[in-house]
Amino acid sequence: MNSPLVDIRDLRVKFSGQRTVHALNGVDIALSPGESLGILGESGSGKSVTLKAMLRLLPPRRTTVAGSIAVDGQDVLAMNADTLADYRGKTVSMIFQEPALALDPVYTLGHQIAESVIRHEGCDRATARQRALDMFERVRIPSPARRLDAYPHEMSGGMRQRAMIALALACRPKVLLADEPTTALDATVQIQILLLLRELQREMGMAMIFVTHDMGVAVEVSDRIAVMYGGRIVESGGVADVIKSPSHPYTRGLLASTVHGAMRGTRLEAIAGAPPSLATAPTGCSFAPRCRLATPACEGAVPPMVGVGPAHVARCIAVAPAAA
Amino acid sequence: MSAPSAAAVAAPESSAQTTPPLLSVRGLVKHFPITGGILGRKVGTVQAVDGVDFDIAKGETLGVVGESGCGKSTTARLVMHLIQPDAGDLRVEGRTIGLNLTLRELRRGVQMVFQDSFASLNPRLTIQDSIAFGPKVYGTPEREALARAHDLLEKVGLDPMSFGRRYPHELSGGQRQRVNIARALALQPKLLLLDEAVSALDKSVEAQVLNLLVDLKAQFDLTYMFISHDLNVVQYMSDRVMVMYLGRVAEIGPVEIIYGGARHPYTRALLSAMPSMDPAKRTMEAPLAGDPPNPIDPPSGCRFHTRCPFAEVVCSTRVPDLLRQPETAQHAVACHMADASSGHSRAGSGT
Repeated sequence: MNSPLVDIRDLRVKFSGQRTVHALNGVDIALSPGESLGILGESGSGKSVTLKAMLRLLPPRRTTVAGSIAVDGQDVLAMNADTLADYRGKTVSMIFQEPALALDPVYTLGHQIAESVIRHEGCDRATARQRALDMFERVRIPSPARRLDAYPHEMSGGMRQRAMIALALACRPKVLLADEPTTALDATVQIQILLLLRELQREMGMAMIFVTHDMGVAVEVSDRIAVMYGGRIVESGGVADVIKSPSHPYTRGLLASTVHGAMRGTRLEAIAGAPPSLATAPTGCSFAPRCRLATPACEGAVPPMVGVGPAHVARCIAVAPAAA
Repeated sequence: MSAPSAAAVAAPESSAQTTPPLLSVRGLVKHFPITGGILGRKVGTVQAVDGVDFDIAKGETLGVVGESGCGKSTTARLVMHLIQPDAGDLRVEGRTIGLNLTLRELRRGVQMVFQDSFASLNPRLTIQDSIAFGPKVYGTPEREALARAHDLLEKVGLDPMSFGRRYPHELSGGQRQRVNIARALALQPKLLLLDEAVSALDKSVEAQVLNLLVDLKAQFDLTYMFISHDLNVVQYMSDRVMVMYLGRVAEIGPVEIIYGGARHPYTRALLSAMPSMDPAKRTMEAPLAGDPPNPIDPPSGCRFHTRCPFAEVVCSTRVPDLLRQPETAQHAVACHMADASSGHSRAGSGT
């Protein structure tokens, strides 16, 4: 195996200010070219912070970052402003939950896409505009030539999301980061966007990290799933392994408490309690206070990742490791 | 744009022959004007709710599903009279609002829980005061109101001694939503309107609150109108389900029929747009193309015809009535394909 495209090791992010939050407490991610990783977690689990750290989008004054992030052989945390500007949009691109906030309201969509292409590839405006048109066709925006001259507010939610995808992919990034891009969309539109992302990811051969709180959405787009809790990855593995045979008590609880049709008339197995506040860095397993299997040993030290199957690991001392 | 005749309305055929349904809604209409320009002239109308009929029988849960702009939240607000309907008839246990039911009586019998747990609590009141506020307004003595607030906090799983004197910002989202539920129950209502009440909660907390809602319903003999965009949750909670599209009812019926044998093409599309939970059975094709149309200028005839794979000429020219299905009287569909006399080529073929 050659070195992965994305190699994140022991990433720790602490926010200080009025309140201290230990948002990430040791995250490791390795992603191969063309691979699609779904990060599943609840609010405050650190899933969005992980993506933002990869693009250095966190407020520098209030954030302490430790660990390492390497993407395509480059050390992201060591980049200066120029290198960072080259890297954003060219190597790694990101799409957000709310395109209305991510797009610039005072420029047409065609202008914004062309601007990005000119910045990264140094081509002339006509070529850049042609690329914008190609991208609009790829994301299947109806009457694309006309829509290039539209402003973001003139489009519906689903079309804006498509336009943002076109902008993010215009310079053919190697990695696409997607932060809940379909959460604000209606059900019939959400599935269209998910299928579009899956198709573009495959066609363009790019790697993708897709953050979501919705298990079904993660299943639709991911090759692998990483489950986050309290600023750590608690389980990761192939999508079928994690969904069909979850190992970590949190993943099991999450699957059991996710409502689906067959559960009618039965009582839901809710996980008691609430997610941790992360005001102090958790010294042991951060799920221990809510876990039925917790023992004093769980609070003592951070559990190591244990192999529970082929390429399937869980951070729990109560799960039996697979026979190596 | 005539409202469907009363005979066409899907009322549950239960023992309701003599006792009227808990809530009965007929021909409910709400259009919001859009003003523009410096003179604030009316430039358009949002047809938020446009001729909605339904009943809720005592003790049942009616789930309401639909995409944004379909009018599900507006319907709930109209039932509560938080906004005034333009037209329509609202009855609670057979009594009409404005005629022989005062607004005060209505709000005592019907209460609502909103999606945003923070915005719906007064930030300057402790949570016990928030819960006791309603009863005090309705004449309960201070001490008794507070005792009831404590009792309700305990019922929703929050220790009154440690939580009662806290302010909303000191609670988590799940805890705040429990407070909102307790407050809604403080006036001992018969009907609770739950408008996306669990949608903002994390999955692990959502399950706790759903369990609580199920328990409270049995304990206090409640009736729910459960509005959500989450089809899984609606299936879990509801006895009957109403599917709305752009201000109208597309289909209404028992939960097993809506989820197992829906007849409206929109209901089917909505269900097949649910992400798969099985990695081996991923969705291969989106059931519908495009976004829902704008309710400012909705399509003519059947409002779904612009996105419907089976649309014919009749669909764009005539509004389909919400017709009871011959197989199950509780099941009603507003689609020309389900109406043998509509002239649609697939009418009556059972597709």
